[in-house]
Amino acid sequence: MSKAAEAIKNVEKISPKNMPLVEPLSRGHRACQGCGEVLALRQVLKAVGKQVIACSATGCMEIISSPYPQTAWEVPWIHVAFENVAAVASGVEAGRKALIRKGRIQDDNTKVMAFAGDGATADIGLQALSGAMERGHDFVYVCLDNEAYMNTGIQRSSSTPYGAMTTTSPPGAKSKGQSTWKKNMPLIAAAHGIPYVATASPAFHLDLMNKARKAAAVPGPAYLHIYSPCPTGWRCGPDTAIEASRLVVQTRVFPLFEVIDGRYVLTRDITKPKPVADYLKSQRRFAHLKDEDIEFIQKRVDEEWERLLNLVKATNPEAK
Amino acid sequence: MAQRVGLECSLAVSEAVKLANADVIAAYPITPQTHIVEHLSELVASGELDAEFVPVESEHSAMSACVGSSAAGARTFTSSSSQGLALMHEILYIASALRLPIVMVVANRALSGPISIWNDHGDIMSERDINWVQFFAENGQEVLDLTITAFKIAEDHRVTLPVIVNMDGFILTHVIEPIEMPEQNEVDAYLPPFVPAQKLDPAKPISMGMVGVPEVYTEARKACVDALEKSYPFIVEHWNDFAAQFGRHYKPIECYKTDDAEALFVTMGSLSETAMTTVDELRAAGQKVGLVHIRLWRPFPTDDFLAAIGESKPLMVLDRALSPGCNAGPVATELRALLYAKGKTHYVANFVAGLGGRDVTRADFKSMMAKTLSAAKSGAPMPYEMVGVKE
Repeated sequence: MSKAAEAIKNVEKISPKNMPLVEPLSRGHRACQGCGEVLALRQVLKAVGKQVIACSATGCMEIISSPYPQTAWEVPWIHVAFENVAAVASGVEAGRKALIRKGRIQDDNTKVMAFAGDGATADIGLQALSGAMERGHDFVYVCLDNEAYMNTGIQRSSSTPYGAMTTTSPPGAKSKGQSTWKKNMPLIAAAHGIPYVATASPAFHLDLMNKARKAAAVPGPAYLHIYSPCPTGWRCGPDTAIEASRLVVQTRVFPLFEVIDGRYVLTRDITKPKPVADYLKSQRRFAHLKDEDIEFIQKRVDEEWERLLNLVKATNPEAK
Repeated sequence: MAQRVGLECSLAVSEAVKLANADVIAAYPITPQTHIVEHLSELVASGELDAEFVPVESEHSAMSACVGSSAAGARTFTSSSSQGLALMHEILYIASALRLPIVMVVANRALSGPISIWNDHGDIMSERDINWVQFFAENGQEVLDLTITAFKIAEDHRVTLPVIVNMDGFILTHVIEPIEMPEQNEVDAYLPPFVPAQKLDPAKPISMGMVGVPEVYTEARKACVDALEKSYPFIVEHWNDFAAQFGRHYKPIECYKTDDAEALFVTMGSLSETAMTTVDELRAAGQKVGLVHIRLWRPFPTDDFLAAIGESKPLMVLDRALSPGCNAGPVATELRALLYAKGKTHYVANFVAGLGGRDVTRADFKSMMAKTLSAAKSGAPMPYEMVGVKE
């Protein structure tokens, strides 16, 4: 059994019966109504608890949680800049490691965590993240993916899905909206050979919380990629975040899986997928797409699902 | 008993960091800083220094990791140069705003373009306003001593600011000098382990680096500026303590034969030694000149400087950096502004020399002084000249 699998085995599983009561992220923050991202963040922190040092990249979650003199963080928290949260977390981890070794602080099993949006992860912060994963720091990196630069006013990122309308990928006579396919960050993270990578969606909250616990339990870098609906930027109702979070999984657009020491595990098999059109039609950011565009996206989603199944088969022969 | 050893000045920096018992070093290689981090990684690898060496993937991440490690309560060091320092730029402001006592040695080097690995002060002059305490070292001994004092000053709870020790690239970094190495127990007595004013600790959560809305931003910046200005007496205090223990006394402004001087050189960094020799030679020829050497650049020691220059002596200010579009180099611009604000009427001539590693010789110093004196005598407009431009 791999080291990561061994560490995961001992993790106490969260169920509705033993839902943690701890709330490291307090109420009264300033997220938009219906924000799926802050919900995902809350779920992660509830699961991991208060023995945490949180590092935030610049982005929605940093802004809404820390306007001085107020803070929503009940755990030690640091924000430095946009693109460097993985490097900051590297430093926190290295500093504590040295101090523990020298007997200057106690080893109290504190977990260093980094939180960033998709822009801070897949674009400007990718270098720092890659460096930190390559160096093997013991930390959890959480990408809260709302699929565009929402904090600056809905500009496209490399994590914006194909066809989506943003303020810098507007549809028009010569544009279908975002012209590129969503960058596959979980696989980029997995390519670093780190012990644990997982995707999660706040509609499957127990799955998400248990993955957060596993990520915290494995020694070395762990990467969590969490689908985080943004009603403001996606042009949908504030009551639709969980609906979108469920549909995106049920349509296979955002598969739920883990990569444990290189072995891919599908954590929710979708045997009877809903049509991708159901998902796309639920948000006005895709309202301009024509039938042939939706067909193109459906085809690509099917191909990517196949690719994921092949990765599972290739790396994890015991899986059914 | 301290021993005198022949040591490359870069290695002296690394030995100072070892003597300071740093907890974390996060760094990225860049010429001419490389020997510092190479030797530090050797010291960590051999177990002579018990620290985490974080070989980051860029200088931006080096400074970011330093911020993280210092915020976690670890004594933290890095070093950089030129383009690397420029890449850190964004985070340098944040390190001081978060009041983190990181120590950095900058091996001063020209900025691109064209690319140049050689010495001038263009890199650090682009970082004048980062709110760090900044020293300029003149030689290897000073680099070692100032690095040790930098930790002491930075970590003093009355200061809690990051500190840069500047050393001229190649001219100092790659030169072997006789250096007196302090004993570990002496340094331990001078520099106890780092006790952070506040740190990231789950037992006592704090939020660092929060959003500064317009109602608080000005006050936050003022607190930072005040901290830097108020650090001056503590810098002097720690340098005095260092002198009492180690016998080498560093002052914010160093004077050489200024008392009866009729004109003064004003320099920073290693060229001060060339200037000193020039002073001796000019005095032997009957010309009463002196040298004012600026060691503490931030916070600028205004009173010491005014006391050093006396009344109405012409000043020949040497800059090793340009301030394009301005009518003087950065040091001269500041000194003129200072003199004007204090109602002084010193004649300030300004020469920019030694860019991108160009030698500045005693003959150059003599020629610059001759021009200064003749311009001052004629009362002509104050010159600003890039020295040695080949037409």
